Amino acid sequence: MILSDYIPGTGLLWRLPPGSKLLALAALGTLLLAVPRLDLAALTFAAVIALYLGSGLGWRVIWRILRPMLVILAVIAGAQWWLFDALSAAMVALRLAALLLFASLVTLTTRASDMIAAFERALFWLRPLGVNPAKVSLALSLALRFIPVLGAITAEVREAQRARGLERSVIATAVPVIVRLLKMADDIADAIEARGYDPAPQSPRPTGDTRP
Amino acid sequence: MSTRDIVHIALFAALTAALGLFPPLTLPAVGVAITAQSMGPMLAGALVGAKRGGLALALFYVLVAVGMPLLAGGRGGMGVLLGASGGFVLAWPIAAFAIGWAYQRARFNPGLPGELAILAVFGIGLVYLIGVPWISAVAGLSLSQAFIGSLGFIPGDLIKIAVVIAVTRTVRRAYPALSQGR
Amino acid sequence: MIELRDVTHRYGERVVLQDLSLRLEERRVAVIGGNGSGKSSFARLLNGLQLPSEGQVLIDGLDTRTEGKAVRRRVGFVFQNPDNQIVFPVVEEDLAFGLKNLRLPRDEIRARVESALARYDLTELREHPAHLLSGGQKQLLALAGVMAMAPAHIVFDEPTTLLDLRNKRRVARAIAELPQNVVMISHDLELLRDFDRVIVLDEGRIVADDRPGPAIDFYERRMA
Repeated sequence: MILSDYIPGTGLLWRLPPGSKLLALAALGTLLLAVPRLDLAALTFAAVIALYLGSGLGWRVIWRILRPMLVILAVIAGAQWWLFDALSAAMVALRLAALLLFASLVTLTTRASDMIAAFERALFWLRPLGVNPAKVSLALSLALRFIPVLGAITAEVREAQRARGLERSVIATAVPVIVRLLKMADDIADAIEARGYDPAPQSPRPTGDTRP
Repeated sequence: MSTRDIVHIALFAALTAALGLFPPLTLPAVGVAITAQSMGPMLAGALVGAKRGGLALALFYVLVAVGMPLLAGGRGGMGVLLGASGGFVLAWPIAAFAIGWAYQRARFNPGLPGELAILAVFGIGLVYLIGVPWISAVAGLSLSQAFIGSLGFIPGDLIKIAVVIAVTRTVRRAYPALSQGR
Repeated sequence: MIELRDVTHRYGERVVLQDLSLRLEERRVAVIGGNGSGKSSFARLLNGLQLPSEGQVLIDGLDTRTEGKAVRRRVGFVFQNPDNQIVFPVVEEDLAFGLKNLRLPRDEIRARVESALARYDLTELREHPAHLLSGGQKQLLALAGVMAMAPAHIVFDEPTTLLDLRNKRRVARAIAELPQNVVMISHDLELLRDFDRVIVLDEGRIVADDRPGPAIDFYERRMA
């Protein structure tokens, strides 16, 4: 299972810190939704396309991202045209396409692991509110670990239910899968604690820089 | 929060991702697909309660945001979250929290009418309350237009409620220790 | 040394271990018994995953009830199903997890990860997704993760039950080479022939405690 749509690269966009890319995305989204003008939407769209081409990401990548959105874009533009006029249809479609392309640009040029690391660093500021970054990162890693295991368990259970002629029953599949997962959760929690993980550390996350 | 809580949070985030693997039914009206995935917040809230359920769906949101293709149909990344169905995904952690809160208040035993009410109000109503204005903002439609466009999904949602009730009741019988957590 | 003093353990009403007093000083101790004999609870008491309902468990003089953290440092634990033990998605990250919990310096973590990878033939697989390893490789990774933490004792809870014959032998060889004290719960009687001591549990009580030959004979007759 592919777990990220990251494309390896070395250009400027790849070297920018993930946090700054996310901030840029948030700023662009806010600007476009706050200022509904055709010229701004068109300009942004052109600028984002230029960013793709300038980074060597080519038309093929742009097409790959836009293609699944075309139906939605067409429906939205059609509704706008019918309700208002052609200009507002163009504005809404261009604005949405520009935002989707820019957002995809962020995920295309940032490794998921770097994004998670940036996320953990950002959580540092929430520590006074009781958010423990070490716990968040443990939960993130566990979820990534569970997804493939879950796929395997689901396949196993479906096979077993097929043998009983129950493969079409959602309940006959979902219940054994969930019960097995819950049992597994108990064992994994034991395993984590057996390996010295302390759920309530007094000091911040062990970075390996200091001895106790 | 115990280690077990953290594991449960990760587990229900992963479970929501797995529900996305069932093939979705897309009605071309507004581009929001009917997927098994929206049962994720209902199952999480009903089985492990407000805190763990809500955080599980928040974790799922983060995983999608960093680019993992976990949404139904293998979609992921910030692009999708800002698109038409993004508001629904954003509503899931809140819905899971609210469902969990209501189940906890009923000591995880609200009775059939109670369960129907909780899942309809928080699992559907609350999700639409957030998702529909989002569509209207993204697609530049009025609220009522966006709402009418979403009405087609209600029958599918009712089926999901029935499945969730059946599944959670059976799971709870098979694994009674579950409700002993908070 | 591992010592149990008047240990009774219950789940709700059900008594799973009844009034055990034991001193385990040998290097290789095995615990066998039928399903529901209390073996797994016994194993979980040894590193404080479970606390006894009554009595005390002492590891090198440390009480699991009051010194839980120190006990977990001294006692490593390898579970039956490595899928439940591997915490992180990538081999290398998983090996580093326990070491980070020990708050070791970064260089030391790196060095120990390297040596654990090399010892169990996992070096080439360091960036490999953990879920794509074979069953035997997964159990070796689980063992490597515990070994890297350099505990004084290692408890195994049926480590070979899910493995095929070849992987069973490979894991058995890895266990035989361990310098640590080993307590192993197992159904796999072949594995125990060269152990120092075998304890047979039945319905939460010790029914035999001997060298492997006589203890296994006793167990086979009892189960027949």
